Amino acid sequence: MRRKPKDQRTKAKGLRAYVALVYAFLFAPIVVLVLFSFNDSRRNATWQGFTTRWYGELINDGPVLDALANTMKIALVATILATVMGALAAYALTRYRFRGSGLYNGAIYVPLVIPEIVFGVALLSGFNAAGVSLSLQTLIVAHVAFMISFVIVIVRARMSGFDRTLEEAAMDLGANEFQTFLLVTLPFMAPGIIAGGLLAFVLSFDDFVITFFNSGVGNTTLPLKVYSMVKFGVTPEINAISVFMLAFSSLLLLLSWRIQRPSGKPVISDKE
Amino acid sequence: MSMDASKVTPSPPAEEAAIRKAGLWSRFVDRFRGRSFLVANVLLAPTMMWLTLFLVLPLLVIFVYSFGGRGAYGDVELGFSLSNYTKAFSPLWMPVILRSFAFAGIATVLTLALGYPLAYFVAIYGGAKKNIFLILLMLPFWTSYLIRTYSWIVILRTEGVVNTSLSWLGIISEPLNLLNTPFSVVLGLTYGFLPFMTLPLYASLEKLDKSLLEAAQDLGANRLWTLLRVTLPLSLPGVVAGTLLTFIPAVGDFVTPDLLGGPNTLMIGNVIQQQFLSARDWAYGSALSFSLMAILLVGIFLYVRKMGSEDLM
Repeated sequence: MRRKPKDQRTKAKGLRAYVALVYAFLFAPIVVLVLFSFNDSRRNATWQGFTTRWYGELINDGPVLDALANTMKIALVATILATVMGALAAYALTRYRFRGSGLYNGAIYVPLVIPEIVFGVALLSGFNAAGVSLSLQTLIVAHVAFMISFVIVIVRARMSGFDRTLEEAAMDLGANEFQTFLLVTLPFMAPGIIAGGLLAFVLSFDDFVITFFNSGVGNTTLPLKVYSMVKFGVTPEINAISVFMLAFSSLLLLLSWRIQRPSGKPVISDKE
Repeated sequence: MSMDASKVTPSPPAEEAAIRKAGLWSRFVDRFRGRSFLVANVLLAPTMMWLTLFLVLPLLVIFVYSFGGRGAYGDVELGFSLSNYTKAFSPLWMPVILRSFAFAGIATVLTLALGYPLAYFVAIYGGAKKNIFLILLMLPFWTSYLIRTYSWIVILRTEGVVNTSLSWLGIISEPLNLLNTPFSVVLGLTYGFLPFMTLPLYASLEKLDKSLLEAAQDLGANRLWTLLRVTLPLSLPGVVAGTLLTFIPAVGDFVTPDLLGGPNTLMIGNVIQQQFLSARDWAYGSALSFSLMAILLVGIFLYVRKMGSEDLM
């Protein structure tokens, strides 16, 4: 423990209380969802006792399972595409200085600052103008388009901490450029690539807006299913799906955290 | 300086050789540059092609559509008319645009007020539990926006958690009308986009050199003064990035006003969605989308210039 002046410690108490309230604000709704997903009442308003009935009904709900299968298919294929392309782009942007790199650097932020709804309706219009009918494939294409930039940003952040002299050392020791990339650069990039892929997967898995506009008929994903169910009213089943989705996303976050910080020690070290 | 020297005295052979070698070297560098230009472009090609085909071209399509009109069967009749734009800024729809910006503005201020102390605390006072605080900060960002918005329906609706609890406690006899109000929409936006504010704030506060804070205090500044004159200016890039990442999606959001709002909390995202999916006036929807993007881009440009922050991310 570092020592702080006395007035600082007392002042931090106010900050601590405020922060506790903000954390409560962030997580109270999630706690409520979890609680109500185990509530033995269809009306869902007051606590009637513990049940896992709603989760049981979920497992036998055909449309929900179909939606889950679609979601997984899209997320898996889109993630692989976006991660491979994004990692290559991030490597090019950090490894080489070349004419036009500034333009590219700007271009990858465009998908991040465009309102998602504009992205969604533009893609819908684009597919329409090209005469392409909406399908799982168009959804995959659309997801990749908004995921690539996230992958690039994450992989690039990892690459910025890369010590270029390692590559030079490898070359001095007789490795050619390809060997150097494979044995030195890629292993260093790997945690960034995996983290980028996990975030991309979660973004695709959770995506609602772009999917909403580009799904067409019969390509329901889990978020679309939840949305249409919510439109008919609050039910315990929605709570159960919600908790499943929250748990799944949280799991991927923890996985990503472990991969980027394999030693388990706090990476964000205090500079003191 | 060395060039001046070579002018005055005739260069000895060794120096000449060095110059020739330098020429070779620079030619080598040029070739390398040419090669890295090629390699980099090959590596970037898939991404750029994808973004051109599935972002730039689609944006061009809605740009073209926005000057067209609604065909008899809900298709787009291409043309060149500004009527969609005059309609977008007509007294009928202008309030929707203004409301979107007002709601998003209030939500952004609220996320800053909630998020800054949070990010500040985790970055400076995180201590041994810093990783746990940080994971808790990231968790909402990783989980579904739709689900997190839905959770507020469970809380705010007539038979929701708040009304049930208040009437059980005997504080109210009639359920409060909390949902489908400006209050619920702004609350939803604030809740939904809070992680978009806290994460960039945390990133910039974490980079902050803590010895500067100690220096300020050693020099007699109190905590408030240190915060205002040292911490806040140094974390400005995080504030700029956070406000942009919150404000932009909040203005265009349609999930929150759709689920938590009502007919009199309509935002621009709702109108765009209606035009594309129910009214089937894609031309007008395109004009709205384009107007939204144009206003935002100009706004971002002015804001970033005023804040003087070049590198945001």
